[in-house]
Amino acid sequence: MQIRTVDITKNFVGGSARPVLDGVSLEVGSGELVALLGPSGSGKTTLLRIIAGLEFPDSGSVYFGDEDASQKSVQERRVGFVFQNYALFKNLTVGENIAFGLDVRGRELRPPKAEIRRRTLELLDLVQLSGLEKRRPGQLSGGQRQRVALARALAVEPRVLLLDEPFGALDAKVRRDLRAWLRELHQQTGHTTTFVTHDQDEALELADRVAVLNGGRIEQIGSPDDIYDHPATPFVHGFIGEASALRADLRGGRIFIGGHELALPGKSGRNGSGRLFVRPHDIAIGEAAANGLEAEIVALRRSGATRRAEIAVPFEAGRVEIDAPTSANLRPGEKVPIRFLRGTFFLDGESAAA
Amino acid sequence: MTETIAQWAPETAESVWTRISRSRGRGAATGESPLLAGVLIAVSLIFLALFLILPLAVVFYEAFAKGALAYLAALAEPDAQSAIRLTLLVAAIAVPLNVVFGLAAAWAIAKFRFPAKSFLITLIDLPFSVSPVVAGLIYVLLFGAQGLLGPWLKAHGLEIIFAVPGIVLATIFVTFPFVARELIALMEDQGTSEEEVALSLGASGLATFFRVTLPNVKWALLYGVLLCNARAMGEFGAVSVVSGHIRGLTNTMPLQVEILYNEYNITAAFAVASLLALLALVTLAAKSLLEGRFKDGHSAKTRGH
Repeated sequence: MQIRTVDITKNFVGGSARPVLDGVSLEVGSGELVALLGPSGSGKTTLLRIIAGLEFPDSGSVYFGDEDASQKSVQERRVGFVFQNYALFKNLTVGENIAFGLDVRGRELRPPKAEIRRRTLELLDLVQLSGLEKRRPGQLSGGQRQRVALARALAVEPRVLLLDEPFGALDAKVRRDLRAWLRELHQQTGHTTTFVTHDQDEALELADRVAVLNGGRIEQIGSPDDIYDHPATPFVHGFIGEASALRADLRGGRIFIGGHELALPGKSGRNGSGRLFVRPHDIAIGEAAANGLEAEIVALRRSGATRRAEIAVPFEAGRVEIDAPTSANLRPGEKVPIRFLRGTFFLDGESAAA
Repeated sequence: MTETIAQWAPETAESVWTRISRSRGRGAATGESPLLAGVLIAVSLIFLALFLILPLAVVFYEAFAKGALAYLAALAEPDAQSAIRLTLLVAAIAVPLNVVFGLAAAWAIAKFRFPAKSFLITLIDLPFSVSPVVAGLIYVLLFGAQGLLGPWLKAHGLEIIFAVPGIVLATIFVTFPFVARELIALMEDQGTSEEEVALSLGASGLATFFRVTLPNVKWALLYGVLLCNARAMGEFGAVSVVSGHIRGLTNTMPLQVEILYNEYNITAAFAVASLLALLALVTLAAKSLLEGRFKDGHSAKTRGH
């Protein structure tokens, strides 16, 4: 089932100046796994809740397939919603939690008891919790609770699956395991799935496509590769992956730092100053640099398999963190030639220009 | 020698101090000396015995002073019987109404955002800060013969003051906050996500209330009902103002106790009083039982007063 939101706008109840969502249009294809990624306050959870029917937009519509679901209640939308804090029913057992959605149906729609039980056990098996149906939520670990919450959402055969920060409250190890498991589960069941996260690794690793939200607007939608390699806006570049920005100028389609031309392609057209975003592996040091740009090493530290160097680029361009070869014998205070391999330039007050 | 002492004195003093504090503490840093602990415990025990246990014992002693037969006879007396019946009736009306009101108010306050919320919370606490006598007077001024609505009500054959409805109203007023206060903190703490899950799973609003919300607050609700009931049966001030003390008609148990006592009918007064004391004891027992259940379920930090 395809999900489509068209021009969703939502303001705070208090009526603050900035809307929570400002004309958000999003399309999630049938069977697709899409991440809504953004910092807190970007409106990502509100968008998810509007899709679910837990909140209603001030304007705009939500479509499930061809059906306009905008006026439908949350019950009518048949979505599976999983909360960050799991929200398991404390007074019910694990089995009763999973069966809840089938159990509360009207008499004519309710499957027979044996069928409910069969489905419950099947789902327990699917989320790898067989044998725990008699437990209370309080007796489960965080990861187990999250899987129960997911099984409970799947029990009603939802048309779409909506997950709000599904792994937000778990520790790093469990989070990685669950991530791989959810990817597998998605391949198995093929539910159209949208999940909210503020963790870019989670979004890039798990999702088919990532929508980056900021200040109630979608900054960019694309595949994880797109988002990482071709950020459309300064915000996306700064938010995704490690990146630092340097002051630079664009003149006639070429990028300069203090008169030194960098061997980087830049779009021709407008001229002006702006910011050049680079990732740690976008700058090579120690090689004979064609443009003669030298930077001073400010600090060095070990980071896993590589070494990180913080260098100060001259002409008040700024400081950047780069990957330094462990072999080179570098010392803080030393001046080294640098060469730019990649970088994305954004003119001030404008989005993508390079 | 003298020099040595002078040199070592500060350190010696310090080590002595360390030894003292070690010997006291042993377990926790907050531990007091056994002597101080003993004094504190003794003071509180004497206080409790003097002001709580002794009076309670006196109630039962005086009630049975002339034997069990006199005690039973005092309770079997028609006026006493009618007072007991009236008290039970008032509680049977006031408590369920306050349960409904308390649930509705707590639900509204905990699960929704609206402008006058803090004002509503203050309003719910009002009966705690208003003297019960004043509460009773308010109803007299409103519904009494010279009151605002009294003549109109009289014309339509409705008696409120010096009748059962007035007693019920006054009781509802003073027992108003008990249920609501118990629930508000707990419900706010629990948030709305369980309800939202239930709705997203297709449950109707009513089903969500009965299968998710109510089970989550049932122990707090019971606790609130218990306190509400104890107060409803024991209320004196407000009820005294509106009741008119008509024997066999508008006398509740607390009022009956006062009348009997003023007539020097000590045994009968204490017999009726013993029933109220018994109610207090049962409430206390049930309360500590519930507190145990409370802790199993979720935090018991919601105790209001």
